[in-house]
Amino acid sequence: MPYPALDASPAPAATDTAPAPAVRLEAVTKVYGRGDRAVTALDGVDLEVAPGEFLCVVGASGCGKSTLLGLLSGLDEPTAGRREVNGTVGLMFQESALFPWLTAGANVELALRLRGVPRRERASRAAELLRTVHLEGFAGKRPHELSGGMRQRVALARAFAQDADVLAMDEPFAALDAMTRDVLHDELERLWRERNLTVVFVTHNVREAARLGDRIVVLTSRPGRVAAEIPVAIPRPRRIESPDVSELAGTVTALLREEVRRHAGDP
Amino acid sequence: MPVIPDSAGASAGASAGTIGEERHRVVAEAELAGLDALDRPRSAGSTAGQPGVGRAWSALWPKLAACGLGLGAWQAVVSAGWKPRYVLPGPAAVGRELVAMTTDGTLPRAVTNTLVRAGIGFTVALVLGVAAGSLMARHRLLRSAFGSLLTGIQTMPSIAWFPLAILLFQLSEKAILFVLVLGAAPAVANGLITGADQIPPLLLRTGQVLGARGFAAYRHVILPASLPAFVGGLKQGWAFAWRSLMAGELIVVIAEKPSIGSILQTRRSLADAEGLMATMLVILAIGIVIDGAVFGRLERAILKRWGLGRG
Repeated sequence: MPYPALDASPAPAATDTAPAPAVRLEAVTKVYGRGDRAVTALDGVDLEVAPGEFLCVVGASGCGKSTLLGLLSGLDEPTAGRREVNGTVGLMFQESALFPWLTAGANVELALRLRGVPRRERASRAAELLRTVHLEGFAGKRPHELSGGMRQRVALARAFAQDADVLAMDEPFAALDAMTRDVLHDELERLWRERNLTVVFVTHNVREAARLGDRIVVLTSRPGRVAAEIPVAIPRPRRIESPDVSELAGTVTALLREEVRRHAGDP
Repeated sequence: MPVIPDSAGASAGASAGTIGEERHRVVAEAELAGLDALDRPRSAGSTAGQPGVGRAWSALWPKLAACGLGLGAWQAVVSAGWKPRYVLPGPAAVGRELVAMTTDGTLPRAVTNTLVRAGIGFTVALVLGVAAGSLMARHRLLRSAFGSLLTGIQTMPSIAWFPLAILLFQLSEKAILFVLVLGAAPAVANGLITGADQIPPLLLRTGQVLGARGFAAYRHVILPASLPAFVGGLKQGWAFAWRSLMAGELIVVIAEKPSIGSILQTRRSLADAEGLMATMLVILAIGIVIDGAVFGRLERAILKRWGLGRG
């Protein structure tokens, strides 16, 4: 199945004819703890993600990236502000978080089951999903028998099994070696296009963000605020080592450095 | 079927892009297969280094050597004449008595009665322990209220319950089971609570994301995730149950129903040291076999399946 080449960033969400955003956060604030020990993880974050958009969120440590995804997926509630999500959200973590007592196939089937897919359809659909992540024939393996990259692909298949409209990913490839990561970038990009997904991809790796994103959002640290939004106009398919990607990564890194310097005086 | 909003001017580069894309995809697939082959853990399935008999022997001989050493030490003490032989008989005499008690049916009958009791008592303890443990793992209030009580009951010597048990149930089967259950259930409950505490938060969150709420969260995430620690609790529960049962059978001797404990008691009153020690050997053997063959095997199977053990 051929896809149109995508050599420009998708239309910005702000036009009149733009469809309803897949995700909209309005002045979202999240505070952990109370009184003197309260920590503001996110402070008045406004964010819109268009359907089918691939959004990357970068920030230094402690900028509330993970908090953001927790709010997005509905696992946590914002302290203040409004969260609006059109459809369901699937969440993937740095670790595959596969259930070790289930085989790869059964992990995917469990997601189908919890979604209410009838029993007789589950096995075939799980096999199909594993095929899309090139793990045909590995359904009977347990997570500890698979490599890190394979586990993340099973986790990806499981996220697809949820049939989520928005896929929220929390540094999903951070624990993998560069080679595997590179191949998985291709894979994720392909699946994103085939399945018309909306992706919110959190990472601290600016090259990765420039490689994958339609748009990059830079978060500040303590408290997390949106410091910059950078549309990515580099045509796809992209390579992580291409000069365009490197140049953009340099720009984003400069922004992040500035952000980190601002905290240099912090106790 | 265009799935991504295509921008104006993209059509010119579309066909070239598609070809590049296709090649890219084939390359990616080959790379993935190569990486998978390189990076997959090897251990799985390749553990059969030695043939079966050789492995069994290498596991068995240290145990046999230890048994031999123990018997030798026993014989040495007897031969040294520390106590007269009618008080402390040697291994050979005890072995002969063991065979005699087995062939005349005394031991088989007693062992059957005892094991049936153990089975019933442990099953009841399992049900109660799991129920109490699940409730306490889930409700913080219950846990802070009854947590230390549970540990207290667990550390209380089971023999201390017998006077009360006998008042409540007289010298009956129920008195023995009552104490056995009180000995084993807290260990089972504690195992479950520990197991639930040790579940990685990431797995719980994943369960939530996948939509496992309420009972489904228990069934699909919490119970299986806590199983390794739970089996540890079962093992400990069995040890408590077996001790309580022996204590109970020594004290609560029920007529017409011979048991291992009642044999011990009668042989002691008859000053039959050989019969007494033969019975003790049986108690020891049952303890070892059930701990190793039943719970040990269960534990290894679970650890292996969970990818935690040495496989």
